Amino acid sequence: MNHSSAIKTMKTTAGPGGRTAYLKRWDAPVAGYLFIAPWLIGFFWLTAYPMLLSLYYSFTDYTLMQPVSWTGLHNYSKIFTADAKFVKSVQVTFMYVAASVPLKLIAALLVAVILNKAVKGISAYRTAIYFPSLIGGSIAVSLLWRNIFGIDGFFNKILASFGLEGSSWITNPNTALSSLILLTVWQFGSSMVIFLAGLKQIPADLYEASSVDGANRWFQFFKITLPMLSPTLYFNLIMGVINAFQMFTSAYVITNGGPMNSTNVYALYLYEQAFSRYHLGYASALAWVMLVIIVIISLLIAGTSKYWVFYESDTGGGRK
Amino acid sequence: MKLWKPAIRHGFMILFSLVMVYPVIWWIGASLKSNSEMSSPNIFPADPVWSNFTSGWTAIPGRSFTDFYLNTFGLEAAVLLATLVSTTLVAFGFGRLDFPLKKFWFSLLMLTLMLPGQVLIIPQYAMFHQMGWVNTYLPFIVPHMLATGAGGTFFVFLLVQFIRGLPKELDESAKIDGCSWFGIYWRIVMPLTKPAIVTVMIFCFLWNWDDFLGHLLYINSVDKYTVGLALRMINDSQAGMQWGQLLAMSLVSILPATLVFMFLQKYFVEGIATTGIKG
Repeated sequence: MNHSSAIKTMKTTAGPGGRTAYLKRWDAPVAGYLFIAPWLIGFFWLTAYPMLLSLYYSFTDYTLMQPVSWTGLHNYSKIFTADAKFVKSVQVTFMYVAASVPLKLIAALLVAVILNKAVKGISAYRTAIYFPSLIGGSIAVSLLWRNIFGIDGFFNKILASFGLEGSSWITNPNTALSSLILLTVWQFGSSMVIFLAGLKQIPADLYEASSVDGANRWFQFFKITLPMLSPTLYFNLIMGVINAFQMFTSAYVITNGGPMNSTNVYALYLYEQAFSRYHLGYASALAWVMLVIIVIISLLIAGTSKYWVFYESDTGGGRK
Repeated sequence: MKLWKPAIRHGFMILFSLVMVYPVIWWIGASLKSNSEMSSPNIFPADPVWSNFTSGWTAIPGRSFTDFYLNTFGLEAAVLLATLVSTTLVAFGFGRLDFPLKKFWFSLLMLTLMLPGQVLIIPQYAMFHQMGWVNTYLPFIVPHMLATGAGGTFFVFLLVQFIRGLPKELDESAKIDGCSWFGIYWRIVMPLTKPAIVTVMIFCFLWNWDDFLGHLLYINSVDKYTVGLALRMINDSQAGMQWGQLLAMSLVSILPATLVFMFLQKYFVEGIATTGIKG
């Protein structure tokens, strides 16, 4: 019996009501799996299986063209003992993450707190500040950045107007990474919008009660605003770190890893190994090292969370 | 005392907003500059070179940006449709139905949200290469059909949150009236989920527009180039770099995102705020 006739039989046995009745006969468990089937297939085929495949490749010298041959731990031992570019890219990436993520979050938090008070015109300010986040990830903005921080770029014009002699920021190994960090921090608007929403959730009576007790603004910021916002901050910190580790477009377009590998961030180095040199086995090992680094850092942040992330349910009884 | 405090705050905010958009203002001016005027400190050139836009449009020999925009919009349309179908079906399943291991699958889905895409790039490339999908749009469309493309799991998560907030009594009464699960999905939940779907569509559009790494990996021939790849090509190929043309074309390329933002701002703010999405 072929497929279509099977369906036909099922339809007829479903009796009057045809297709609807036939669908209705399915229980929720079957229906549930049918609804999530696209994701389930996607998960196994495009996430779980590729991850295993990548783990396997990391122990081989896979190049896409030649047959795969098993090389054991060779890729990993090379990464950790004989790859100066790897060391450099880890350093650069850590500097980038350590500077861009906190700066972005602090800027977002401070401006959100100020904006939360200025009720009139809030949407105009929010639009202006969010706009860079909207466009910042595009190659177009990376090209703009290349121009702004070039030798004749507008950034040096500003420095010159203050009487400072600028160099070409993106061709100087000491400043190239800073211009990429600045591009990331410029896009703090999306985090700010998240914090603004978080600030709106803080009950006003907390501030009123503490004002009655004579608390000043700074006290309120550190004892009410920050603790109440800490879950949001925590979530954004973790996601920010994960995203920052994968930074690619701006480093590729603005500096292409240079000068002297000073902006050769990890994702860019991985791309170079995989798709310029076709060392796919080696690049897979790099990817797994990166995954382990990200997991360790996320776990470290998660480990500190009990000291600074405040959940209302922790002391929920106290406030009543 | 009470009056000048808000004034200072507004003054600061206006100044700060200006600093934030200043690079964009400078960009608009620079797109009208000739190469010789590019290094002048004026924002707007004395002699605006409007031809930067027309000659930039055809800067790549044999092709024009009309082709690249058609390519990009075609790719976007396919990806948006695929996402619309797949993410809403999956979200309905997780948000409304009960089935064994549901919690397990959903926590797995949440876990993949945090998975850095870099780990999947190489094996996926190898798989798609083997299937002959390189230099087609299939590596973008098919993953979106399976709710696993750029942002796919994020969208499922967002929609599940929204669907869980809808009153369940509607389903119950529909069930009593003999409505199938698919009927409940299609006739009841989908119409009510419209605001969240708009948010999903917006971010799906933006993220795919900016999926530069993906385009770089999978699209090789100029006739299939997206706008982003075309910009990179101008940037790489020109010996005597025409900055004016390049900046003019870059400026045009952010227009779609800007227009979407202008007209659908309310969905943006809600979407970002409720899920902590990165814009």
